[in-house]
Amino acid sequence: MDIVVCVKRVVKTDSKIKVGADGRSIDPAGVEFVLNPYDEFALEEGLATRERLGAGTVTVVTLGDAAAEKELRTALAMGADKAVLLDAGDRQLDAHATASAVAAWLRSVPHDVVFCGKQAVDGDDSQFPGRLAALLGIPSVTEVLKLELNGNTFRAERDIEGAREVVECPTPCVISAHKGLNEPRIPNLKGIMAAKKKPLDKIAAQLGEPASEVASLELPPARPEGRILDSVNALVDALRNEAKVL
Amino acid sequence: MSNIVVIADARQGKVKKPALEAVGAALELAGKAGSEVVALVVGADLAAAKDELAKSGAKRVVAVDDAVFAQYSSDGYAKAIVEQLAALSPAAVLMPHSAMGRDLLPRVAALLDAPLVSDCTALHFEGGRFGATKPVYAGKAYKKFFATKSPFLATLRPNNWEVGAGGSAEVADAQTSVGSADLKAIVKELVASASDRVPLQEAKVVVSGGRGLKGPEHFHLVEELAAAFGAGVAAVGASRAVVDAGWRPHREQVGQTGKVVSPTLYIAIGISGAIQHLAGMRTARFIVAINKDPNAPIFKVADYGIVGDAFEVLPQLTEAIKAAVAG
Ligand SMILES: Cc1cc2nc3c(=O)[nH]c(=O)nc-3n(C[C@H](O)[C@H](O)[C@H](O)COP(=O)(O)OP(=O)(O)OC[C@H]3O[C@@H](n4cnc5c(N)ncnc54)[C@H](O)[C@@H]3O)c2cc1C
Ligand SMILES: Nc1ncnc2c1ncn2[C@@H]1O[C@H](COP(=O)(O)O)[C@@H](O)[C@H]1O
Repeated sequence: MDIVVCVKRVVKTDSKIKVGADGRSIDPAGVEFVLNPYDEFALEEGLATRERLGAGTVTVVTLGDAAAEKELRTALAMGADKAVLLDAGDRQLDAHATASAVAAWLRSVPHDVVFCGKQAVDGDDSQFPGRLAALLGIPSVTEVLKLELNGNTFRAERDIEGAREVVECPTPCVISAHKGLNEPRIPNLKGIMAAKKKPLDKIAAQLGEPASEVASLELPPARPEGRILDSVNALVDALRNEAKVL
Repeated sequence: MSNIVVIADARQGKVKKPALEAVGAALELAGKAGSEVVALVVGADLAAAKDELAKSGAKRVVAVDDAVFAQYSSDGYAKAIVEQLAALSPAAVLMPHSAMGRDLLPRVAALLDAPLVSDCTALHFEGGRFGATKPVYAGKAYKKFFATKSPFLATLRPNNWEVGAGGSAEVADAQTSVGSADLKAIVKELVASASDRVPLQEAKVVVSGGRGLKGPEHFHLVEELAAAFGAGVAAVGASRAVVDAGWRPHREQVGQTGKVVSPTLYIAIGISGAIQHLAGMRTARFIVAINKDPNAPIFKVADYGIVGDAFEVLPQLTEAIKAAVAG
């Protein structure tokens, strides 16, 4: 089975965000970057699928700048067979341009299943997996919490408001992983050493025009100073008379 | 006059509040852009949904009511929607950032070759261009976008707009060329959650417990507080620490890698207020923190705090809320 896992280099979740001089993007000074946490679940599922089948290759791909090689090496150290960096330089891209460029590359390589994360924790878009599938003309199941492969059909479970959906989806398809799908493995020393020798192709991304532009990036307005109350009755009073939620 | 189309997600033939909020948001935007609001719904047995949408303030309702859509399918629904949008040639398309909206609208956007801003908290029409603002970096910043292509698509964070209401729209049933062969990813089963409580993202009040509760056997205190607000008002949430420990199911996790909620009232009990937890609840209208550590970071975002032991505070608070709700 040809398994492709899409990954993204993102700002670490506990980083402090500062707005850059352009007023539209973050100031990257002092910020640490990591593999998107949801992509670890996607990669784990790819690796586990390959292991269960006893055959297949796992290719990780990212669209980004040259620095994303670090996150691809992490993915190789976890156990991916090869990596592809679709180099976009420092271009600011939206979900439309990103998904189009990755779809253009995917059309040239075999893929039975494409695993993605549910969401990249920088832009918090949750768009790429659905867009990619539609551009490739294949089905998708997003935010998957449980997955099983029977022949050429996936059986996936996902939570919706107040219920759990069981979805059947034939390959080729795109699956996006939610936290809880599996327990991602941690790269060991042997994996890290092996990763250095695994193939990592750098290809210029086929970039189109974005469909949107960023007008501004701002920090949220500070929440008004809160109050410490000395009794439950004072709290209920405040909720009733000030917040008016009771 | 241009159209702003709201895609209403219907489940079991019923429309939920976030879809009516999207109509409310569309009415506001239409006021600025000089557009007309059309509600579009795809599904099977949509009689109740059509009635509800007819009273939502939309000018027109278009329903693709066909047995082929009895089970949700992202590819099939997307195809049906794109077909209808071709006829409506909208300037903007809105949908709730619900499970269905998140799953469906990216597909629709790709098929239309169009921009999509997801999980928006504000919509704009400035200088003839549509745009939106959305939280990024887990709510640590807000990004404002403008569309450079048409139509403009957006999914809307629930609990951010007043529901649309009023009027009696004309309802038209539309034909579809989508057949069962077009449906590939198909919902085979729907397992309702055991509890009859409101879904976390739709609840007006969310009561969440963290590691300060000491063990799963004490979460009944959190559930009782939620129940005290009355039927259908409050949902129970949890921090990742207690979900990872197996005390609570994953679906209850609030935060960056859980659910993002925006209720009127959020009560955090025994939760320290890690940045990843704040990501899931900082847009709540009012935040209450109960924690025995006066220096817990949760107090920095809380409107009201009680420094104290959850095991003492919770039973008292539950009784006081019950009394207040009873009037
Ligand atoms: C990539 C990533 C993603 C993450 N995503 C999430 C997420 O989505 N959601 C999330 O919640 N976390 C998330 N986290 C974890 C987060 O960093 C914290 O570890 C977690 O939120 C802590 O949970 P807690 O507040 O319940 O526990 P703790 O931090 O241990 O806090 C327990 C609190 O309870 C208080 N307490 C103790 N006893 C009592 C008592 N008797 N009465 C009252 N108060 C008491 C303590 O003073 C303390 O403040 C993520 C972390 C990472 C790295
Ligand atoms: N630039 C990118 N390169 C490769 N995969 C990506 C990229 N951006 C997003 N993805 C994938 O799409 C998922 C959802 O991202 P998003 O739609 O941006 O929230 C991520 O978890 C990745 O799996």
